[in-house]
Amino acid sequence: MTDLQEVSVDDLKHLVSERAVKGETMLLNMGPQHPSTHGVLRLLLELDGEIVVNCIPDVGYLHTGVEKNMEAKTYQKAEVMSDRLDYMNPPGNNLAYSMAVEKLVGLDVPPRAQAIRVILAELTRFQSHLVWLGTAALDLAAMSVFLYCFREREYILDIMEMCSGQRMMTTYIRPGGVWRDVPVEFEAAVRQILKTFPRRVDEYEALLTRNPLWLDRTLGIGKISAEDALNLGVTGPLLRASGVKWDLRKDQPYSGYDQYDFVVPTHPEGDVYARYLVRMEEMRQSLRIVEQALNQMPYGPVRSNNYKFVPPPRAEIGVSMEALIHHFKLWTEGFEAPKGAIYSAVESPRGELGVYLESDGSAKPYRVHWRTPSFDNLQSMPLMCKGVLVADLIAIIGSVDIVLGDIDR
Amino acid sequence: MEEKLAPIVQRLEQDYGTQASEQSGEVSLVIPSEKIVAACQQVRELGFEQLSTMTAVDYWPHEDPRFHVLYQFTSLSLHLSLRFRVMVPGVNPSLPTVTSVYRNADWRERELWDMFGIKFAGHPDLRRILMPADWEGHPLRKDYPLGYEEPQFTFNFDQISLRKPYAKE
Repeated sequence: MTDLQEVSVDDLKHLVSERAVKGETMLLNMGPQHPSTHGVLRLLLELDGEIVVNCIPDVGYLHTGVEKNMEAKTYQKAEVMSDRLDYMNPPGNNLAYSMAVEKLVGLDVPPRAQAIRVILAELTRFQSHLVWLGTAALDLAAMSVFLYCFREREYILDIMEMCSGQRMMTTYIRPGGVWRDVPVEFEAAVRQILKTFPRRVDEYEALLTRNPLWLDRTLGIGKISAEDALNLGVTGPLLRASGVKWDLRKDQPYSGYDQYDFVVPTHPEGDVYARYLVRMEEMRQSLRIVEQALNQMPYGPVRSNNYKFVPPPRAEIGVSMEALIHHFKLWTEGFEAPKGAIYSAVESPRGELGVYLESDGSAKPYRVHWRTPSFDNLQSMPLMCKGVLVADLIAIIGSVDIVLGDIDR
Repeated sequence: MEEKLAPIVQRLEQDYGTQASEQSGEVSLVIPSEKIVAACQQVRELGFEQLSTMTAVDYWPHEDPRFHVLYQFTSLSLHLSLRFRVMVPGVNPSLPTVTSVYRNADWRERELWDMFGIKFAGHPDLRRILMPADWEGHPLRKDYPLGYEEPQFTFNFDQISLRKPYAKE
């Protein structure tokens, strides 16, 4: 094993073309500290003038050993780490983890909690797409879009803070329900978003969709066919922009998504512009889902009352000895999950976010594996950028919408 | 088991002489390690277009084939999922690569080499992916310690400082 930074072309023979070995093409590092790589992604480029001959992504700079660390924590405590994976989508990660634990131990979630989960997951999807739109447009020199997107994102982060006390690392969705009921201001704040945001999405579209510069930079760039995308394990908006209608919210409905009416947008072109159109439509659909979930949200408990797995409410601890014992046991030794292995997946803003959870019957997970969508999506990038210009490579990285915390885990 | 999945599982059971197990509606099959490429090829032809994920579990020291490598497949056209389990011994763990069938197995196999030290014969580019290239050991193995930093307090700060492994020049 040799370090890529110190090796000569001879050691990379199997990754680059023969021309690089002869010295006809140039090897160039892009990143890990490059403003357009959206985090610490390093790309080793083989260039023929301005043309990209080969692109070799090098990941791992943000590796934090989340899977190993989770093995050493109880089921409840391990959840805190899930926020830190895909830091653009913490409630979605919490949801994936909570659903996996619920499936493993067989917990039911009350309908009100299901609705709250959907609202937060969709608002986060919107927020994540806003960050994607802002940064991807900024890479192509559309500065104003970035400023608008981050202005709107604040409203959604305010709602996260209102619910959980944290703007980003919420840990609000927990096995068996949510941490506690939403505050009274919640509904008005979400209604305000539902009122103003559709107009804002129109504004972004007015800035970009028919903008000749934007079209020049995105149309026909970074194409990937449906067949290649499927074989490379690509999921999410990338796959839908290649014409495959696959959305886990529709195709394997969870958390009550089957009650809501929404459309899964697809475009057959498979280029950067198609990905842009898919994500813009997804933002509108997310708002539709939020509105329906908010209108239909029933009253009732927000946590399962199975106190073997879910901590009892604070008010009960003072009056019930049993509740106190449950509380004490849950926070000292945790709960024991039955022996077994399950895989559970949700649709994150980037694609299929899956959790493989294996239990040996103790209070700590024996193995947690995160199937993160960016990992497989980034793998498809070398194929997309064969023969493009370096400037188009920037557009492609932006359109893949990677989160390095999601890849490196 | 789902209706559409039953005939597929039955056929795989016959071809690979194995017994399917089911938990929470998820079907899992144990496949002999030498036949994994053929089995992957077959499920792909049966309609499982995607290899959703690949991972491994280390059962050291309790079980003899120390590692289980898992292949999770998804069929978009049939709305099904299926899991393969392959047992790999702890001494010189090695498996044939399935990159020729599912291309995204490339990075997943690199990750398994990095984290568990399982080699994939015929893999085009088997380098470490997440850990630094000169790292020693394979972190997700159960005999690899989690590691921690000894906390220092005012009364024993210097004493612990002496034996603390600081970064060297």
